[in-house]
Amino acid sequence: MTVELATANGAGARHELTDAEIERLLAPKPAWTRADVRRSIAIAAVSSIVFVGAAAFLLGRSSGWEAVRAAFFSWPDFKAAFPKVLQGFALNFKIFMIAEPIILAIGLLLAVIRSGRSPVFFPARAAAITFIDIFRGAPSLLVVLTLGFGVPALRISGVPNTTVFWGSVAVILTSSAYQAEVFRAGIDSVHASQRAAARSLGLSNMQALRYVVLPQAVRRVIPPTLSGFVALQKETALISVLGPLEATRQAQIYASLNFNFTSYLVAGLLFIAFTIPLARFTDYLLARAAQRETVGGAV
Amino acid sequence: MSEPLLDVEGLYKAYGQHLVLRNVNLAVDRHEVVSLIGASGCGKSTLLRCINLLEEINAGQILLNGEPISAASPNADRVRQRIGLVFQSYNLFPHMSVLDNITLAPRKVRGEGRAASEGEARKLLARFGLADKADEFPDRLSGGQQQRVAIVRALALKPDLLLLDEVTSALDPEMVGEVLDIIRELKNVGMTMMLATHQMAFSRQISDRVAFLDAGRIVEIGPPEQIFDAPEQERTRHFLERVLSTAP
Repeated sequence: MTVELATANGAGARHELTDAEIERLLAPKPAWTRADVRRSIAIAAVSSIVFVGAAAFLLGRSSGWEAVRAAFFSWPDFKAAFPKVLQGFALNFKIFMIAEPIILAIGLLLAVIRSGRSPVFFPARAAAITFIDIFRGAPSLLVVLTLGFGVPALRISGVPNTTVFWGSVAVILTSSAYQAEVFRAGIDSVHASQRAAARSLGLSNMQALRYVVLPQAVRRVIPPTLSGFVALQKETALISVLGPLEATRQAQIYASLNFNFTSYLVAGLLFIAFTIPLARFTDYLLARAAQRETVGGAV
Repeated sequence: MSEPLLDVEGLYKAYGQHLVLRNVNLAVDRHEVVSLIGASGCGKSTLLRCINLLEEINAGQILLNGEPISAASPNADRVRQRIGLVFQSYNLFPHMSVLDNITLAPRKVRGEGRAASEGEARKLLARFGLADKADEFPDRLSGGQQQRVAIVRALALKPDLLLLDEVTSALDPEMVGEVLDIIRELKNVGMTMMLATHQMAFSRQISDRVAFLDAGRIVEIGPPEQIFDAPEQERTRHFLERVLSTAP
């Protein structure tokens, strides 16, 4: 466009653009021309064929491929294992649905306690920090085993003694510690002047937190929180070590009864199918946040 | 002669080992406008923040209507309702509409109903030429509009005293006027105000008294004619010479 104008006016002389030229300049341009699209598709197709072809060639040439295919990618076993594993996955989903709101509540509570500064709440703050340090530091599997096998043996009256219950508690405690740190990062990211403005209007410390700081903090940590959702959904598989018949456990049972591991593939695909929508939604929120923060920027 | 609205007596304030305010004594009468001038870092903003009880003071006391307010007490929130503070950087709440920014404190602190407080807020906005901005979010407003909303937000609690902390310093030059106009109007209706400012011409025009601060002390205080035309202190004269020689 620029070159064209320059030659039309001789030796690239600068001149006031005419109305027609300005109109052409401002005319909406398609981001992609048809030629661009065709070229991209062609390149993607060629590279995919080369990549998949090379992978298939290497796999097919390996001596163990036939055995692996029979053990992991058997269609009849896939069909046979699917109903049981899906039934198990329903338990994972149920644990997720019950645990996540509790995790959000405990995480927020811990973060609020931890970000307080009043000396009155020193014991609460110390307890919150200890909690977070322990459950973020200890391997999840260890927490699941300890609570799942240890606590039911205590036979505490009034609480369920099932492994599902205590396994879920273990997962909730671990995830809450992580979620607390996510919320704390959000709270710390709200500038101190916001709190000062709220306090100068006569709002109490708690009111400033509730109406001014937390709404902004929570909004900022929605993407990492959704990431936590995805992680939690996977963590529910850890409960399988305690015995409850969730997806991983069902897959294990099928595998040991039939000497075929395709059931693991079924379980894996179910977890992935569940987490992909969450992952894409997180991407969407992150992209939207990035767009909002770079208003007017092209890069 | 009745007691002053605000009385600051022997105020000392330190950040760590650094003494920011030294023996500040200042009384402000009802309907009086007092401006604080002085170089950046001389303690103007800190003094305003101390009066609003956003900072704890190290010595001295602050009285509002003769009642000591600076002693540590659970009533600090109540005191702050009677003293409005407007910040240099507006500090509007970005997640709330203009209307919610203004009505938050009346509703949550005073317990006013939504309808009543919103009616009041719309009236105030209309008075300051912001009627059509009630439902906007702060990031859709110009700096001047945001600062005017911030002033309205402070006024919504009907404070006895309004503190203005360099409220035009963050604004583009063409927006300074609209904010200063509001302050003029508030003076006309008798609002008691203390303002920290770098706008010497405005300070001269609007103030009943001007206080010059240097290194945390009030070096000189008096009517604008005295401070700007015939300062008694060498340091005041020196400061004004430097500032006015570079003023546009």
